[in-house]
Amino acid sequence: MTFKDLHIISMKSFSRDMIDHVLNTAEMLEPIARDKTKSDILKGKVLGVMFFEPSTRTRMSFETAMMRLGGDVLSLGSVDASSIAKGETLADTIRVVDGYTNAIVLRHNKEGAAQLASEFSSVPILNAGDGAGHHPTQTFLDLYTIRRESHLDGLKIALAGDLKYGRTVHSLCYALSLYGAEITLISPKELRLPAEIIEDLKSRNIKVTETESIEDAIEDIDVLYATRVQKERFPDPAEYRKVANSLLITPELLEKAKPELKVMHPLPRTNEIDPRVDNTKHACYFKQSFYGVPIRMALLALVMGALE
Amino acid sequence: MSSEDQQIREIRVHPIENGTVIDHINAGQALNVLKILNIPTSSSRVVSVLINAPSIHGRKDVVKIEGRELNVEEVDKIALIAPNATINIIRNFEVSEKDIVHIHSQIEGVVRCINPNCISNSNEPVTSKFAVSSNGRRTILRCSYCERIISDDIGEHLL
Repeated sequence: MTFKDLHIISMKSFSRDMIDHVLNTAEMLEPIARDKTKSDILKGKVLGVMFFEPSTRTRMSFETAMMRLGGDVLSLGSVDASSIAKGETLADTIRVVDGYTNAIVLRHNKEGAAQLASEFSSVPILNAGDGAGHHPTQTFLDLYTIRRESHLDGLKIALAGDLKYGRTVHSLCYALSLYGAEITLISPKELRLPAEIIEDLKSRNIKVTETESIEDAIEDIDVLYATRVQKERFPDPAEYRKVANSLLITPELLEKAKPELKVMHPLPRTNEIDPRVDNTKHACYFKQSFYGVPIRMALLALVMGALE
Repeated sequence: MSSEDQQIREIRVHPIENGTVIDHINAGQALNVLKILNIPTSSSRVVSVLINAPSIHGRKDVVKIEGRELNVEEVDKIALIAPNATINIIRNFEVSEKDIVHIHSQIEGVVRCINPNCISNSNEPVTSKFAVSSNGRRTILRCSYCERIISDDIGEHLL
């Protein structure tokens, strides 16, 4: 198994063995992410950071990951201040930036942008989100969080919120199917997981249950993964409020849960999690965003050939 | 067959001396076949089109192109919308070669992705690409960029 020069475009190109290797590498690098030990395995390497859409966590954790390993970061900066504003194609921009860098992190508003970039780039492309398409490094960090804070084998997980449009959920479902997880899907009818993904999961012998209320599932699960429900998906504000209330995670709700239940969220959250949950032992979402650093360190070190 | 029937039949599909006859096209798809073959732009020869002709399996379309022998690449593009088509190469009024169409596992530059937000629909220097699979009777195209699926109405999305 070699990761050197591999493009990280979609979870579907990763086997369970490959995912495990990334998670193991991240665990090895975690003390460096916590600044407990130092490393310069990426010294002299430059990471190109091209974000065509806003981001806080993904962008900053990639940059931190590169710096913690002794590497440098070169940012495209604002799209308005770049040649893209003059009408340069993504293909041309990639062919320019690959000459300055050893790997490129790309977030773009169009689906398939990372795949296209990989066809023109001479250095590895790491997809940091392409429109409503893929966001594989988010899935890697979600799996890492589950492994560190709960367990991947024999996992019972509930996914709650916008399961229809949420790209993180689609990739995560696929990855969880490799680990044989039991999955409960919690969403209003309008935001259900697309039928073809449910069929795909069932064809992999994954037990999938659908419900509209978190209460139905809370007692039996190890991880509750909440996602943002966007107001603009609902033409009727009253309907949005109803749905948002039915998916709200509160300390009172969590009293019925197993003591070791972990609540995850890719963030930013809006109204899905009551802030009072932050102080409970169930809250895991800020740890989750930290785990983006060791995971991205692992991926950067692997694709740039600093680790095998 | 009465002489009147025979006359009508001959008017419809008179034999060609040299060229290609594409038979057993799914009824209603003949014009899409012409689109794939870039006809009439690519050829000034006579082309005959028969739509909804009776056949033993119901209805079919037939296209006859005079003075042009289709190559394998052109023929296989037709398979997307007419998977049962047969290709007859005619030389001196005789069927010289007969073949069926073959569905390839990947196609490029034939169909446009239906996702308006797909990168292949922007001004990037790439042609559309699809992985082709079959689910029983249906041909399924999956965009190699955004993974959106086209299946039922492939003919509507030809480039």
